[in-house]
Parts: sequence; structure tokens; C-alpha cells
Amino acid sequence: MTATASALRLPAIPLRTKILRLLLALAAAGVLAWAWQGSEMRPLDLLTYRQNMAAYLKGFLTPDFSEWRDYLHHTIVTIQIAIWGTLLAVLGAVPCGLLSSANVAPAWIHQPVRRLMDACRSINEMIFAMLFISAVGLGPFAGVLALFMHTLGTLAKLFSEAVEAIDPQPVEGIRATGASRLQEIAYGIIPQVVPLWISYSLYRFESNVRSASVVGMVGAGGIGMLLWDAIRSFNYGATAAMLIILIVVVSILDLGSATIRKRYI
Amino acid sequence: MKTAESITPAIEIHHISKSFGKRQALQRVSLRISPGEMVALIGPSGSGKSTLLRHIAGLVGGDRDSGTIRLFGKEVQRRGAVSRRIRTIRSEVGFIFQQFNLVGRLSLLTNVMTGTLSRVGTLRSLLGIFPREEKSRAMAALQCVGLAEYAAQRASTLSGGQQQRAAIARAMQQRARIILADEPIASLDPESARIVMELLQCMNRDEGVTVLVSLHQVQFALQYCPRSIAMKEGRVVFDGPSRELSPAALRQIYGLKNDGLDLDGTLPLNVRVCTPPAVAAGA
Ligand SMILES: Nc1ncnc2c1ncn2[C@@H]1O[C@H](COP(=O)(O)OP(=O)(O)OP(=O)(O)O)[C@@H](O)[C@H]1O
Ligand SMILES: [Mg+2]
Repeated sequence: MTATASALRLPAIPLRTKILRLLLALAAAGVLAWAWQGSEMRPLDLLTYRQNMAAYLKGFLTPDFSEWRDYLHHTIVTIQIAIWGTLLAVLGAVPCGLLSSANVAPAWIHQPVRRLMDACRSINEMIFAMLFISAVGLGPFAGVLALFMHTLGTLAKLFSEAVEAIDPQPVEGIRATGASRLQEIAYGIIPQVVPLWISYSLYRFESNVRSASVVGMVGAGGIGMLLWDAIRSFNYGATAAMLIILIVVVSILDLGSATIRKRYI
Repeated sequence: MKTAESITPAIEIHHISKSFGKRQALQRVSLRISPGEMVALIGPSGSGKSTLLRHIAGLVGGDRDSGTIRLFGKEVQRRGAVSRRIRTIRSEVGFIFQQFNLVGRLSLLTNVMTGTLSRVGTLRSLLGIFPREEKSRAMAALQCVGLAEYAAQRASTLSGGQQQRAAIARAMQQRARIILADEPIASLDPESARIVMELLQCMNRDEGVTVLVSLHQVQFALQYCPRSIAMKEGRVVFDGPSRELSPAALRQIYGLKNDGLDLDGTLPLNVRVCTPPAVAAGA
């Protein structure tokens, strides 16, 4: 028994490792403190202003649906923005995704295209929305373009990852018949990736409905515009009503889209 | 152009070499195959059979100091550079792969239709518009390999033997004048293997298609191919009538010990087809 117990003794931790761990912990604490200061964290404020919080809550608990037609109309506009923003992005992501795949395009093409797509992806929809508002003016079209740009970057990356993971053998089978490069892609690559592409596109559509409700806040159309007005004028009843409508509609869409995705794959 | 030559060889290979890093997969391989021949390509694993077939189809280029490959006089490659007109040449070459290389999610009919891609304009084919008579030809090809009833089914839902027959139908659809088959029966059961070999033989006999088929099982070479070419370590070590493949010759090609066991353990070799006593003696 004792022999087993001593054999099972935990391995000693060397001093160097201990010191390293301590330094790591100190560094982590330092970063957290630094970030705390920068973001002006004041948790006590939640207590100090609890009357305000209570007022918010009360407003939210009594949603005001008197203007529901307007809210519903703008929610539908939000979905319409998401539909076109996503569709344009899918159409663009097919060529861009193929061109950023290492097994389709040579390095001097796929590298620059990838960087361009990275740029699209790294800029938030809100920023694109503000840029397009100055270009095409206030309204839903600016929202469509904003969603298009950001989603293009995301989908092109996802699409090209699917393309790079395909089985090369069927493509070689097509090539051996004397088919052209485009025909190889259409008959050898696309059939292999299409289920994944559809799934990714639907998923992006779901998240674009949410993004579309946000881009409205900077004036790019949809429910976001109304929402922002209501919040700014402390009209919590209206805010709550809009949020409820939005949540219901988005949940229904998510459910529908998820069902299609499951079916298709 | 051709004046003195009586017939242009279907396949003409002159001094083709290929190395992968230090390894020489092909060493100055030369051979000629006349139109209408059915030739087996045999040799142990790693001897360069697949590499040679892929060079003939222009799927890979040889080394820079490599010679030429011509199919019906048209140059596939020279000094390692694959011809620019390779697509037109490939359209006359049906390539049958060991793993069939069909597109699993497409229907069998569409897979066979891809045999016409080189004849249909790119735009029309991208839109999926194929001439009606090509569609009926594809159906006829499927009928010929006994798969007409599966035309609408996805290729991935079929058995290996059926997929390989569909691959042959694709070569028929291509109106291939040459068929290069890389171990087409290696992953098939004996019955499917027999059907596939008979289909190749049938295309060779009835349509005059030139067939070069690499085989792991020597008895299939003896049974279906009048001529055999054997490779070993990237060189042609035998080229002649299959019936001249004596047990001694096979032992030399495959590196068999005298007791009939092969050295690299890859061969389901049935030497007895040729002369029973010589091998049976050791066992
Ligand atoms: N893409 C490649 N990269 C590196 N080496 C390769 C490549 N293709 C083939 N080889 C090498 O070339 C040699 C010949 O290979 P090849 O596939 O042509 O042999 P094979 O006769 O078809 O063998 P098997 O009967 O096992 O299919 C082998 O040594 C192999 O390792
Ligand atoms: Mg091989």
C-alpha cells in the first residue's frame, strides 16, 4: 500500500515554473486593472441610479403597441434589407470565394483577393452604413450596401474554406475529359460545396436580420431608426413594443432558416 | 504531313523521365502502341504505372530533360512542358481511375454528360444546356454498361463496380479513341472486375478503341490483353505478348523469391495460370 502511495506522489513543480506562473498572474491582473481604468468601470453607479433603472424596467413592462403597424412595417423593411444585403453578398462571394481558394487560383490572385476580403470583414456594418449614407443618402439602400460589404468578406472566407476542403479526385476526373477550367469548377467543385454554401448563406441571413436592425440606428433604414428615436426620447413603452416585435419576427425566421439548413445538409 | 509512315501510333512515348525529389519515378521510358491494341501495364507497387498513365494524359509534365509523348501524332508534352492544346487532345482520351472519380452529388446521367464538356461551349455547359442528341447518347452509354435504370440516381449511392461502369460510360460519351485505365478493377469484387474488363475489351474489339490498362493481377492481363508492358523501378522491363510472361519473367518483374512469395507483399498474383508445376514445386 505504502509503496503504491509513494509511487503515486504528484510530480514536483520546478521553481522556475512557479515563478513563471506568478509572473503570468501578475501580468493578467495588470492588464485587467489597466482595462478597468480605461473603460471607466463604475459598478456602484448601478446602485446609485437604481431609481432610473426601475423607471426603465417599468417602461419596459408596459409596452405600448399603439403604433404597432408602423413598427411591423419597419421590421419588415429590416428583413427586406437583410434579404438583399445577403443575396448580393452571396452572389459576390461565389467568385470571390473561388478566387481566394488556393486550389483554384494561383497565389498572385488568391492572396490579394483574400486580403481584400479580410478588409471587408474587419470593418463593422455600422461603419459601412455611415460611409454609404454619405454616398447614397439616408435610407434602407445604404443599409443593404453596408450588409453586402461586410457579409461579402465573411461569406467569401467561408466559401473558400469549403472549396479548399473538397475531394480533388472528381475534379481530376472532369479535367481528364478535356473540360475547361470553368467547367471543372462548375461540374467538379460546385456540386461538392453547394450544400455547405447554402447553409452558410442562410446562417448569414439570420445574423444579417439582427445586423440590419442595428444599421438603422445610424440612419440606414429599418426598425433601427425608430428604435433609436424611441430610446433617445425616453419612450420606453414604444421601445419595448418594438423589441418584442423584433424578437418574435427574428425567432420565427431563425427557426425557419435552421429547419431548411438541417434539411439540406 | 505524314508521308512515309504507314500508321501513326496511338500512343508514342519517347524517353520520358520524371523524378519526385530524389526518387526517379520514370527513367527514360519509351514505348509505342498501335491503334486498336489492348495492352496491360503491370509491375510492382511503386514501379511508376500510375505516373506513366498520368503523363500520357498530360495531367503531369515530365522532367525538363524529358522527351515527348504523342497521341495519334499530337504532342501531349515535350521536355516537361504540357502542350497548350492539351484539352483537345484529352477530349479523345478516356481516363478511368481506380477510385472512379465521379462527382458523388451529381446524377449518374450528369456524370456521363461531363464526357461531352469539351465539345459543348463553356457558356452553354455552365447553364447546363446540352444538345438533346448528346443526352440520348449518354443514356445509350448507360444502357450499354447496364445502368440505364440508375440514370437519375446520385453517383455516390452506387456500388464501386457500378461507379466504375459509369466511368466507362463517361469515356464512351467522350467518344474516346484511347482509354487509359489506372487499376480500374483494384477495388472491385471479382464479378465486377470481370464486367469492367469485358466492357473495356468490348470497346476495344467493337469500336477499335486503343486501351492501356494498368493491372495488379497478372491473370487479368493474361486473359484480356494480348500484349503486356511490365515496369519496374521506373523502367520498362518487359514488352511483348502476354503469353511470353513466363513464371521466371514474372519472378524477375515482381522480385519473387523462388518459393513463390512476393517480396513486397502486394501481389495477389496467380502465377499458376501460366505453368502450374514451376510454382507448385516450392509450395
Ligand atoms: N505526387 C508524388 N509525389 C512524390 N512521389 C510520388 C508522387 N507520385 C508518385 N510518386 C512516387 O513515384 C513512384 C511511382 O509511383 P506510382 O504511383 O506511379 O507507382 P504505381 O506503379 O502506380 O504503384 P501502385 O501499383 O502502388 O499504384 C513511387 O515511388 C511513388 O512514391
Ligand atoms: Mg498506381
